[in-house]
Amino acid sequence: MTARDQRSWVDQALHEHDEHERLDELERDAGGRRQLPLADPEQQVLDRIDRARRRRPRVREERITMSHGAGGKATQTLIEAIFLDAFRNPLLEPLEDAAELTINGTRLALTTDSYVVKPLFFPGGDIGDLAVNGTVNDLSVAGATPLYLSAGFILEEGFPVADLSRVVESMAAAAAAAGVRIVTGDTKVVEKGKADGCYINTAGVGLIERDVILGAARARPGDAIIVSGPIGDHGITIMLARGELDIEADISSDTAPLNGLVAELLNAVPSVRAMRDATRGGVATILNEIAKAANVGVLVSEDNIPVRAEVRGASELLGIDPMYVACEGRLVAVVPGEEADHAVAAMRGHPLGEQAAVIGHVRAEQPGIVQLKTAFGGTRIVDLLVGDPLPRIC
Amino acid sequence: MRFVDEFRDADKARALAAKIAALCEPGRRYKLMEVCGGHTHTIYKHGLEDYLPEAVQLVHGPGCPVCVIPMGRVDDAIHLASQPDVIMTSFGDMMRVPGSGGSFFDANAEGTNIRMVYSPLDSLKIARQNPDKQVVFMAIGFETTAPSTAMTMLRAAREGLTNFSVFCNHVTIVPAIKAILDSPDLRLDGFIGPGHVSTVIGCRPYEFIASQYGKPVVTAGFEPLDILQSIYMLMVQLSQGRSEVENQYSRVVPWDGNQAALRAINETMELRPYFEWRGLGFISHSALKVREKYAAMDAELLFQVPGVRVADPKACQCGEVLKGVLKPWECKVFGTACTPETPIGTCMVSPEGACAAYYNFGRMNRNRVPEAQVTRA
Repeated sequence: MTARDQRSWVDQALHEHDEHERLDELERDAGGRRQLPLADPEQQVLDRIDRARRRRPRVREERITMSHGAGGKATQTLIEAIFLDAFRNPLLEPLEDAAELTINGTRLALTTDSYVVKPLFFPGGDIGDLAVNGTVNDLSVAGATPLYLSAGFILEEGFPVADLSRVVESMAAAAAAAGVRIVTGDTKVVEKGKADGCYINTAGVGLIERDVILGAARARPGDAIIVSGPIGDHGITIMLARGELDIEADISSDTAPLNGLVAELLNAVPSVRAMRDATRGGVATILNEIAKAANVGVLVSEDNIPVRAEVRGASELLGIDPMYVACEGRLVAVVPGEEADHAVAAMRGHPLGEQAAVIGHVRAEQPGIVQLKTAFGGTRIVDLLVGDPLPRIC
Repeated sequence: MRFVDEFRDADKARALAAKIAALCEPGRRYKLMEVCGGHTHTIYKHGLEDYLPEAVQLVHGPGCPVCVIPMGRVDDAIHLASQPDVIMTSFGDMMRVPGSGGSFFDANAEGTNIRMVYSPLDSLKIARQNPDKQVVFMAIGFETTAPSTAMTMLRAAREGLTNFSVFCNHVTIVPAIKAILDSPDLRLDGFIGPGHVSTVIGCRPYEFIASQYGKPVVTAGFEPLDILQSIYMLMVQLSQGRSEVENQYSRVVPWDGNQAALRAINETMELRPYFEWRGLGFISHSALKVREKYAAMDAELLFQVPGVRVADPKACQCGEVLKGVLKPWECKVFGTACTPETPIGTCMVSPEGACAAYYNFGRMNRNRVPEAQVTRA
């Protein structure tokens, strides 16, 4: 980007800003008396920001940066402005973890995910079981029984065959544990230096047998928000496993297949509104997706969010908020308020949900905004993540 | 968690809130500046303003290392990183700061090799692993981070590393506070003193604020109760008509600072005659450069640094925000043209920047706790 480009970028942003200001003013004038009394200046700014955030997102960068892969704001902008714009169709538009397809009256879920985690092997797992569990989980939270997976490998020239065998064995073990079969695949090799050892893509198909309708847009005021267990284990494990920080902790990745836990939950509470597995961007990102999709407010309480002491300690040291740290075996569920206890009890009956907890609720106030009641007793916003504290986490 | 939870105790916070509210004189407004960006971050992250009565207003100061770096220095750094065989290392905060031609992230997308490090010492590891490259550390920060840069230079010298250098942008806090005190557009009642800087320089350098300008200073820690207590201590001083330097953070901050750290800085760096601060302009004797003795590690001497001055975009009001004259949301482009995703000004970049803190954490209607609501018969 040249100096001139940057300036024109700023000029353009400012020009748009002025233009929107003018339109807002016209709208206000047209609205006439309906809008009184005029809010205080700070509230006017908040309203203006709210309008700005609802505008169609645009990718302003000329090139892809690491932020575009971080699962936060930049990723969302990229998806909505580039991919959704080009591929737009009603199945893609909900932007759920998996798409729901109906073929001859049979409801299927389809999903895909690529894995570029560094390092390939880490406490609690490796890129292989991550690649299977991640896709199994995307299908599970769509309410589907995961059935068949594909596996695509991009291998770097020089990658040890012994490592590949190890990765593939753990894929096989993870598939067996989740009750899915890997039925098709692909292999590509690129020159040394063009990939970091091994990248894996998996796609998966599952069958939606239950009579459930799930989606983040279905959240309603009064609903309870549940997480299935302590958050942030995977992200912090990976960060420490890179050995760049000289911090050691007795902690391992939570990578696990969630189909069993989801089945327990849906058996007990068929009225579940939405589920997401909390990967990149962490629980905070999911809460924002819910607030945006359903145009509701979300209020969660820091005291109720389960976080292991090791994860909390490492996060404090590194200045990271566990709310944004990736998990690979945790889900967030939205259930009607009156079903909350029932849902938590059902999840606690499963080994992966022993520490399930209600962390907050959906409300009508402040639509689109996620608020946190801090342990200190104050309140703050939990926004989408900007920037990239932990690249290549999965 | 021990050593953390006891400093975030909501019961103690409510008790302090009631005491602060009780000290408010009817009709009087109190403007207290937290100098340090770390404090700004804590205040918003924990929702501390819920505990303050409306009459007590926190003004965010210039102590955010990333926020005060002018665009020209970012351009200079990218120019350095673009030289053949250069690996630049930088703290993560710096990666997204826009220069006139984009940020470090943008520069990396164009082909530079700017790596994030958690400690300057990591740069030495990179230098050892890449003997055929020049490793340049982008040194930023106040007296808080200067000692670690100094220690890194000392170690590099001891190891005889010849491919490591420092692009020094270290600044000092006292001239910035003085610039704010001398600025005509702001009336402050007191200062929450920077905690981390004070671990190095101690509390003594702030005595002129109390004696010459008549403003109380309380050096504070970084947990929310630390800050709330320091606000209480300032309110007590104000109610008694005192202006003194007090140390709330005595568990970490020695009154006379850390002599070993100061010696390390002094060995490797010296004051520049002047340095440009973003939004505050040129301030004399406000920044450090590499001492001549270590010229072999001074990136400004090893490479041709263009040293261009780049004016901030006209709409950007970072200067006013850094001085505390404007609240973040009072800037014309706040939250619309300038957001954390596409920042125009530096205050929107660092998590310690006032605009980023307000946008990310505080963009909402606030409900004060009952204890902070001043009701008078």
